[in-house]
Amino acid sequence: MDIHEYQAKEILAEYGIKIAEGGLAYTVEEAVQRSREIDGNVWVIKAQIHSGARGKAGGIKVCRTNDEVEAAAEALLGRKLVTHQTGPAGKLCTRLYIEVGTDIARELYLSFMIDRSHERVIMVGSAQGGMEIESLAATNPKAIVKIHIEPAVGLQDFQARTMAFALGLGEDLLNHAVKTIKGCYRALRDLDANILEINPLVVTKTNELIALDAKMSFDENALFRRHRIAELRDTTQIDSREVAAAEVGLSYVGLNGDIGCMINGAGLAMATMDMIKLAGGEPANFLDVGGGASAERTEKAFRLVLADAGVKAMLVNIFAGINRCDWIAEGVVQAVKNIDMKVPLVVRLSGTNVEEGRKIIADSGLPIITAETLAEAAEKVVRARNEMVAKQG
Amino acid sequence: MAILINENTRIIVQGFTGRIGTFHAQEMIEYGSKVVGGVTPGKGGQTHLGLPVFNTVREAVEQVGAEASIVFVPSAFAADSIMEAAEAGIKYCVSITDGIPTQDMMTVKSFLRRFPKEQRMMLTGPNCSGTISPERAMLGIMPGHIYKRGNVGIVGRSGTLGYEAADQMRRLGIGISTSVGIGGDPIIGSSHRDVLEKLEQDPETKVALMIGEIGGPQEVEAGIFAKENMSKPLVAYIAGLTAPAGRRMGHAGAIISSAGESAAEKVERLKELNVTICPTPSLMGQTVASVLAKL
Repeated sequence: MDIHEYQAKEILAEYGIKIAEGGLAYTVEEAVQRSREIDGNVWVIKAQIHSGARGKAGGIKVCRTNDEVEAAAEALLGRKLVTHQTGPAGKLCTRLYIEVGTDIARELYLSFMIDRSHERVIMVGSAQGGMEIESLAATNPKAIVKIHIEPAVGLQDFQARTMAFALGLGEDLLNHAVKTIKGCYRALRDLDANILEINPLVVTKTNELIALDAKMSFDENALFRRHRIAELRDTTQIDSREVAAAEVGLSYVGLNGDIGCMINGAGLAMATMDMIKLAGGEPANFLDVGGGASAERTEKAFRLVLADAGVKAMLVNIFAGINRCDWIAEGVVQAVKNIDMKVPLVVRLSGTNVEEGRKIIADSGLPIITAETLAEAAEKVVRARNEMVAKQG
Repeated sequence: MAILINENTRIIVQGFTGRIGTFHAQEMIEYGSKVVGGVTPGKGGQTHLGLPVFNTVREAVEQVGAEASIVFVPSAFAADSIMEAAEAGIKYCVSITDGIPTQDMMTVKSFLRRFPKEQRMMLTGPNCSGTISPERAMLGIMPGHIYKRGNVGIVGRSGTLGYEAADQMRRLGIGISTSVGIGGDPIIGSSHRDVLEKLEQDPETKVALMIGEIGGPQEVEAGIFAKENMSKPLVAYIAGLTAPAGRRMGHAGAIISSAGESAAEKVERLKELNVTICPTPSLMGQTVASVLAKL
């Protein structure tokens, strides 16, 4: 789960990391008010969206007067910002963070994340901050320092010092750098974060070390014990279909195609989407209905898939293990009867009680297209989609 | 032979008396697995499904000779149960439980590494469908009837996609020595590579099938292992060609977060390592059949 920059900065401040003075605004008036409250003569108005690379998308504006603050806030609030991380739909900006301008002497990079292959937290730093770490890794990998942290003993002072020296932070800033680095690690561990990234971490002209931007992302599986973090979720930043799916306990990812999918198991779902693509179609979504797919759950999943007005055909692919095909078939029949389905439906059932399941579909008298194999299912749904598009002209 | 489990493996169920633990314990017993009891702290001394319930894993090891365990304990407590099994001397543990926090798994892995390798418990999962040696034993939640006994070893992250592979193979008359689900989480007990190492040593297994997906480096690591250390052919399918970068696809581990983790990139690397690639998920059975035919 991602959070906003201002939320990450509030957390970092609690862990002893210095941030520039700033305040949050939901309206233009609040934005102007914040800039009046914050002492200084330059303010930076930052769009709060769940994405990096906001500067290039026009989401960060430097202002020198109240009028400029007002104009910047008006331009940003309610606007959708498109970055290379948001996809073409962009993300809606409903909050602004107004921060005092910082005189930057040097920009550094510091991050912590879970390294899957080493099964440890890895600390990554570079004296060349400000740019995206991926581009730096591609152009100048030697400028990046990586230190693994043993989970049982945690981050040691010598490791923090090693990183500080690698970042070029000697003598007068050493103690503060160690405090900053250790604070970040504690925040990541205490709060079940997967990623904590400060880019840039800056040395100011007055020789202070400040987190000028901050990104944190949290482990969804740990939110049950991190109530305060769970409350930071901003649903305006998430596809509304995904929010609706999460409310009924389904795993859904919206995509750009027009073939709706309902599948059990994440791996089979990905494989089925691959088959649709190979057959010449494009999936509209990833949807895993999971293990115990009751009739009620099946209907909810149908409604979710069909709520996407762009869907031209739908595919159900179930390999019943714990499930039973007859239960799924009953759910499908009930869903089709209760929802006024306007697009063709292809159903492929396999596994436990498959014969009973197929019989229920056949006996229902509903116009459901059935398939036996994965390949057949994908071909049939793409054909049905093409016929639908042709019919609609 | 088979790997990890057979008809003589003495199995306990952790989270035995709960609804899910009870259901799958019954299924495993019906399949022929040698379930010798279970653990539910606070219910020690009771009998459940005609088998003894213990308070601790250690008691189960001492009193009924438990060697393998399967964990159905809720996600908030599962890491603790896995570590208890390791400490008590269980040799092989499957964690079915999904939704375990990543940092808990980091702790589990660190805990396991404290043991010398020969005494270290093997863990598969979490968030997996378990392990089956067809017609001998099932330590999992799969539909046992779709697995025919034979000489192809399967290792895969996904449950239902593994069923799909087993089903395609059964239709072609191909059987399975052991099928191991390693789970879809970012940090898991055993990797594809770890299971391939076991399959390479198993005389019954002639060909290995790896079912991978987007995210993480482990499919390519397994490919490198196979090229350097395996005499048996490796066949692979990688799911997620259509997955967009940076989005989690159901499995917590299925996210393309850095270079080399997309399905297309993994397929390219595996081809370079002489792994036979299943061009589509509907051709897993046929691809394995063609490799078997060449032996």
